[in-house]
Amino acid sequence: MHEFSIVQSIAEIALETARNNGAGQISSVEVEVGQSAGVVRDAMEFAWEAAGRGTLLEGASLVLKEIPLVVRCRNCQKTFHPDELFDPCPACGDINPEIISGKELRVVAIEVKYK
Amino acid sequence: MCDHCGCGGEGTGYSLINPAESDHKHEHTHSDSHTHEHPHEHHHEHPHGHQHTHEHTFTGNRILIETDVLQKNNLLAQRNKGYFEAKNILALNLVSSPGSGKTTVLELTLANLPGQRVYVVEGDQQTTLDADRIHAAGAPVIQINTGNGCHLDAEMISKAVRTLNPDNDSLLLIENVGNLVCPALFDLGEQYRVVIMSVTEGEDKPLKYPNMFQSAHLCLINKTDLLPYVDFQTDKFIRYAQKINPSLQFLQLSAKTGEGFGQWIEWIREKQP
Repeated sequence: MHEFSIVQSIAEIALETARNNGAGQISSVEVEVGQSAGVVRDAMEFAWEAAGRGTLLEGASLVLKEIPLVVRCRNCQKTFHPDELFDPCPACGDINPEIISGKELRVVAIEVKYK
Repeated sequence: MCDHCGCGGEGTGYSLINPAESDHKHEHTHSDSHTHEHPHEHHHEHPHGHQHTHEHTFTGNRILIETDVLQKNNLLAQRNKGYFEAKNILALNLVSSPGSGKTTVLELTLANLPGQRVYVVEGDQQTTLDADRIHAAGAPVIQINTGNGCHLDAEMISKAVRTLNPDNDSLLLIENVGNLVCPALFDLGEQYRVVIMSVTEGEDKPLKYPNMFQSAHLCLINKTDLLPYVDFQTDKFIRYAQKINPSLQFLQLSAKTGEGFGQWIEWIREKQP
């Protein structure tokens, strides 16, 4: 379950930002998760509470925003939304897409409270 | 106290073991350089024990971060890569399911590279069984026990390599934790990622675990000596894997009989910068 170490990294990034900004508590952490990022939402949510326990993150909500998979066919340049990474191009049938979005794993923002 | 080795320090969660040292000390486990935050130092008053769901409309402040979650690992991986380049070390990250024959492939690789300085990093959740085998085969090896972790990361490799202190122009073989899912996301700084697949597995593995096959450069199809006894269709497997990764290369071999090993050794020699 690599989601636990992913969540720990999210927690570290959030805590460092909160401390650098003198925040007293973090109320939510917003994370963009690509459809093909290779992580399971449920597993991240499961790990979240444990990762924040005893820190400024205690009680903070983890807001996961899914970024859909968008690819461009390298053969005919058509942009489309495949269900899976390796779906053939609906226009020409080629399977060699360039990924435009859907691999994101990014901490976008945190919402904090000041004492 | 570290709950993985019980040695009293603030744990990184994993331990490095050198089988060449008989007492199996965990001397590198708790290096001062680790950067984890300790969860107790920022404790705050919180008498209600509930989320303050109504407050953030009034007191909430949004701070933009826009940082890649894997940035820390990726930065460390880039440092490892620079170290390998500076020392002209070829570093390979070997990934696979448990039981595909990674360690046996490594043993035979060592035997087929006489005169080449080879170092090995072994990743497993527990035990030094694999490192003991590599040590017996004559290569300097560090075992990383990840405890509950399911993959190696760039920080572990950085520490293991500092301990191994490899010579210039050498080969570093990193045997990742047997797992087709988690290691895919973690760049270790290797030049090439090699996925090992055995013919006792299903041909549809690449479709089921696309991230791993997508991130690999070479696929070793192992245990070819068993092909007459299993239903594995090599063509079908290659077709599926190429669907995920059109530039993936394939080599077929048997670590049991040594068949096909010549091409693998040749591949390594070609890649050694």
